[in-house]
Amino acid sequence: MTDAYQEHLLANGLKVLLKEIHTAPLVSSWIWYRVGSRDEFTGHTGLSHWCEHMQFKGTPQFPSSVLDRAVSRDGGMWNAFTYFDWTTYFETMPADKIDLGLRIEADRMVNSLFNEKEVASERTVVISEREGSENEPYFLLGEAVQNAAFRVHPYHHEVIGDLPDLKSMSRDDLYGHYRTFYVPNNAVISVAGDFNTGEMLARIRELYEQIPAGPKLTRLSRPEPSACGEHRLTVEGPGQTTYLDISYHAPAASDPDFFPVMVLDSLLAGPSSLNMFGGGGISNKTSRLYRSLVEKELAVSVSGGLSATADPFLYSVMITVHPKRKPEEALAAFDDEIKRIQNELTTVAEITRAIKQARALFAYGTENITNQAFWLGHAEMFAAYDWFLTYLEKLARVTPADMQRAAQKYLRPQNRVVGTYIPIDAEVQA
Amino acid sequence: MKPVNQHSLPGADDITRVVLPNGTTVLARTNFNSPSVVIGGYLPCGSLFDPDEKLGLADFTAGGLLRGSEKRDFQQIFNDLESAGANLSFSAGGHTAGFTGRCLSEDLPLLFDLLADALRCPTFPSAQVERLRAQFLTGLAIRAQDTAEMASLTFDQIVFKGHPYARPDDGWPETIQAITRDDLADFHHTHYGPRGLVLAIVGAVEPKTIAGQVAEVLGDWTNPSQPELPALPELKPLKNSVTRKVKIPGKSQADIDIGTSGPRRKDPEFMPASLGNSVLGQFGMAGRIGEVVRQKSGLAYYASSSLSAGIGPGAWDVSAGVNPGNVQKARDLICNEIARFIEKGVTEEELADSQSNFIGRLPLSLESNAGVVNALMNIERFDLGLDYYRCYAELVRAVTPEDVLASASKYLHPDKLAVAIAGP
Repeated sequence: MTDAYQEHLLANGLKVLLKEIHTAPLVSSWIWYRVGSRDEFTGHTGLSHWCEHMQFKGTPQFPSSVLDRAVSRDGGMWNAFTYFDWTTYFETMPADKIDLGLRIEADRMVNSLFNEKEVASERTVVISEREGSENEPYFLLGEAVQNAAFRVHPYHHEVIGDLPDLKSMSRDDLYGHYRTFYVPNNAVISVAGDFNTGEMLARIRELYEQIPAGPKLTRLSRPEPSACGEHRLTVEGPGQTTYLDISYHAPAASDPDFFPVMVLDSLLAGPSSLNMFGGGGISNKTSRLYRSLVEKELAVSVSGGLSATADPFLYSVMITVHPKRKPEEALAAFDDEIKRIQNELTTVAEITRAIKQARALFAYGTENITNQAFWLGHAEMFAAYDWFLTYLEKLARVTPADMQRAAQKYLRPQNRVVGTYIPIDAEVQA
Repeated sequence: MKPVNQHSLPGADDITRVVLPNGTTVLARTNFNSPSVVIGGYLPCGSLFDPDEKLGLADFTAGGLLRGSEKRDFQQIFNDLESAGANLSFSAGGHTAGFTGRCLSEDLPLLFDLLADALRCPTFPSAQVERLRAQFLTGLAIRAQDTAEMASLTFDQIVFKGHPYARPDDGWPETIQAITRDDLADFHHTHYGPRGLVLAIVGAVEPKTIAGQVAEVLGDWTNPSQPELPALPELKPLKNSVTRKVKIPGKSQADIDIGTSGPRRKDPEFMPASLGNSVLGQFGMAGRIGEVVRQKSGLAYYASSSLSAGIGPGAWDVSAGVNPGNVQKARDLICNEIARFIEKGVTEEELADSQSNFIGRLPLSLESNAGVVNALMNIERFDLGLDYYRCYAELVRAVTPEDVLASASKYLHPDKLAVAIAGP
């Protein structure tokens, strides 16, 4: 595999990233908008995500039924995602059919209808999506922890939004959001796969360059003040299983500290895969937390997660507590491991092992064209594609001293929220 | 831009298939585009062998294979795997226990060694078995709270009443409690062996040497006691519609599962039923079901149909997650669509759309090593022929609307449906 790619800026501010990969007769094309749940005000939470749903409801040229049918007939895969920092749409199609995906995205950057009736029917679909998530204890706990962690920064609400807002927002709110943020100067196109770069660039210019730029956008900037004490909270709900979510304020993806924290996560909770599509993961049974929690029968599973975000978000460890143990016991053992990684230098061998794991996960991700096009654009949402290309090098430069410093800086109790999900019909257990 | 090259699809000229003298079948295909390898496989050690009172035994045994062997203890096994950035896991279904693994190509000998070690000489250490038991029990406690899983499990109990497919492969809390460490060792000793073992390998490997590498670790494995899989009893179709509700208090959403049993994978009706199912609840944003339940009525975030044909008859069902107040409305809409589908089948245009989708998506499903491993295992499990994916387009195009209607009316009856609902 080669790292070669091309980057172009169109006259209207649209950034284009192209990477030829000729391993399969496929092309994956993504369009990214720099708007997500962190751009939403109180009363409008969930706006970006609902707006994403409305983008599948058609334009005069591609009414919704035509749109869906056209992509599916050609054997394409298409979808969209909304996150804190961005909203994205993609099509992965047989190489000779990708033009359809390019035309759809150019069209719906400007011409989506947001028909009143469709808004009404999608309102209940989105509410149903939220209700499905509320069935999951981890969602309920995660939402409460995130809310407690961010008082000021708009990362405090879930992407799906709050129910009262989903009930009250109007068609005009949605359409206004669309017209404001869906402009070429707020977007990035990333295309990877079996194409010729010159031809692809010419076609993208033809379809997109006439779309007028919008006014310059300023992002809501409300940095979270430094945490000044540990938060603890409980969420009660149905079930028999107790869960812990321990979340520390963490560095943004563009912060050099992101990399030592990534290696900390790998040592503590096992290597995390960056692959959005395909690739699979690596188990975490030799990680420090697995050994001290699961092997000691205080928990039945443990996992860690650090998201690549534009602003500082959270490093979270999720623990499913052993049915015969109390969450306090699992938390005490967890804290012992945190103290150990703060007080004792890790070995170079441990870091080398984490790098080998990251290299393997990287290799697995290259099998998938969709994953490659995803990263080509995703990295632009919080840094630049170079962030992704040099990811392994930056991990490899992390030293035991960097890790100790990062552990002492970020993994402090004062910097965290500890959430416990308490099942309300659990039997009292000794 | 160029058309899809048929020969990027796997076929007899680029699949290596070797049967070792002990009965192990090895399938391999080369892909040097990525420096990694995926393996997958199965052997006839599924839950069909489980006694009712120890249901979950096959799955528990498969889960225990990596908990310690004569050569390595649990931490050594996972230290070897994880240090290489590799993975390997086992689980059991009804007919077979399966495994899947992945590594950088430089570590393939290690992955083979760990695989052989797990298959041939696991020791099931008592402490590890107890840890695993707690994990399984927690999994079952979580399952009991999962509205979609409970609807699906209840659906199977209605449709497959009196048939082994009515039983969940992962058992029940009381059956998991009843399984001893010796049960696992005995199950392994009796059922695991090279006869019926299939191993597919795809990635940066030399096809000429691959069978030799497998033979080195598995070629001398024998187990004369391996029994034949028990014969499947005939499935008795439903005589009338049956509805069952599972109450899970405190949940925000209910899941519904409606349908019946469909064809076996090798039945001639499989392809027409599969295309019909696509029109019913798969195509685009979930076919006709998605159109009425989600797009038009706004009742659900997910609503679709599925056809899970295997060695025996699988479920053919429609599922959706809805607000508890909308269960009846969604159920009526789904039953109406099923009735329309049975009575009128599909239009030529709808069928052509799904045919085009089935053919067009093939390169995408086969782009990764894991996708090709699945394809090779399908070929072997259902005896499809090494050129199956090269002939696939022809098989898909041969289906007519009449074939779809015949398959729909053979399996689905509007007054003989299972309806399972799980929610608050």
